[in-house]
Amino acid sequence: MKSKRLMLALSALLLAACDHPAPQAAAPTATPPAPAASTAKSAAQFQPPADSSIPNDDFGKQIALGREIFIDPGRYAKAYVGNQLSCENCHLDAGRLAHSAPLWGAYPMYPAYRSKNHKVNTFAERLQGCFNYSMNGKAPPLGDPVLVALESYAYWMSRNAPIGTSLPGRGYPKLAKPAQAPDYARGETVYKRDCALCHGDNGQGQQAAGRTVFPPLWGAQSFNWGAGMEQVNNAAGFIKANMPLSRGNTLTDQDAWDVAYFMDAHERPQDPRYSGSIPATRTSFHDTPDSLYGATVNGHLLGQGTNQP
Amino acid sequence: MNSLRIATMLACVLFAGSALADNSGGATIARQGNGHGAAPCMACHGADGGGQAAAGFPRLAGLPQAYLRKQLEDFANGTRANATMQPVAGALTDAERDAVVAYYAHLPIPTPAPVAAPTGDVAARGQTLATRGRWSDGLPACEQCHGPGGIGVGDHFPPLAAQSATYISNALQAWKQGARHNDPLQLMQHVATSLSDADIAAISAWYAAQPATPPKEPQS
Repeated sequence: MKSKRLMLALSALLLAACDHPAPQAAAPTATPPAPAASTAKSAAQFQPPADSSIPNDDFGKQIALGREIFIDPGRYAKAYVGNQLSCENCHLDAGRLAHSAPLWGAYPMYPAYRSKNHKVNTFAERLQGCFNYSMNGKAPPLGDPVLVALESYAYWMSRNAPIGTSLPGRGYPKLAKPAQAPDYARGETVYKRDCALCHGDNGQGQQAAGRTVFPPLWGAQSFNWGAGMEQVNNAAGFIKANMPLSRGNTLTDQDAWDVAYFMDAHERPQDPRYSGSIPATRTSFHDTPDSLYGATVNGHLLGQGTNQP
Repeated sequence: MNSLRIATMLACVLFAGSALADNSGGATIARQGNGHGAAPCMACHGADGGGQAAAGFPRLAGLPQAYLRKQLEDFANGTRANATMQPVAGALTDAERDAVVAYYAHLPIPTPAPVAAPTGDVAARGQTLATRGRWSDGLPACEQCHGPGGIGVGDHFPPLAAQSATYISNALQAWKQGARHNDPLQLMQHVATSLSDADIAAISAWYAAQPATPPKEPQS
């Protein structure tokens, strides 16, 4: 170990002495940052209860466990998670933030008929979908403690929310169609400018101490082709409202569409509903202009999954 | 520590020639300055790179190399205004900047002097901002960029854990007041505008008392 460290230290010094990379471009700009519009609170916005009001009883334990799972599913629901994401990567502030698909916007809207699987889904079944697709894992069976805890957390957070009413701030914002059709090359420019700092040049995200800090956006450790975020409209809405983190609503709509397209034009794990044929799977599950599954972008047929070359 | 000393000594021997020629040995600059205007780093940042917490001189040991390199550049060009560091950074050549940041990035993190952890409301506020943020003001948690326990992430997000409270506080005030505007995507300038003086005091006290190395288990 010692000699290894010695060698490392020496090679660092040697590199330092011999290698003179170009200095990073300084950005001598003093422009004050624009305020993020996402901080503007609407008076009508639903306010979820404070974490401190989670009751200190047996029900409260399940609520608190649900919150822990939501924040760190790789630790608390390990058996059902197949990538490096956590629920709160896309549902910010542990599922509390408006315009970031908050739990209080979703819970009161179930049971609901979903065209995704052509049946009425309970909230627990909706949660199963998150594990199958966004978490690229496997669905906990109905009644599993993971689902019970998550549903308890969502129920608690939705206290005093009206049932069956689509609340302002539910889901992600629906952006108007952009002036120009979303474009890979423009999206790549936006990505390099505003996203790669955190998510990496190849969308791989960044980890520290074994925890995901910046989530992978494509590739084997990201959500799979069945997740809602693979649809460009969903991704554009999320990005517009929330990215870069803490600077929501600073990208133009066009930038949000373009960079969403760029992200969703990369390969990711196969849709678990894959029928053996990309065109057939597209027809069955991705028959929308907002999905690039089965499309060819830059000469690459998308939808092959990450296990294929 | 031993291996570091040996490495430093060996490096001095190896680089004696080149150091005399272009004075680019990072360890030499750290100990002696560069002989044409840059003071020895260790005069403020400590012999082991651990900094001087009370004076607000930050730890440099183990910080990301690219981050340190950028700060030297920014001190020199004024996007990070600092009366002490501007002349020092300005007196270093590009090669010397490369050498000295490589030296500090590879120094082992010294064991910091114990810092009294904050208690009561200060602790609660610090922990909440560090780990959960305050989204009602559009504030993410510090650790959403600076990593679990504030240990730092990649090239652009330096560690906060076990850093001088005075330094963290000064930095946040500098972001807030605009004296520092060298952050990528204006992330820190924007975040700092939403922090009150009480927030800044709490965050600084919280992180100063956190362990510098990754905790085995996430903070509860």
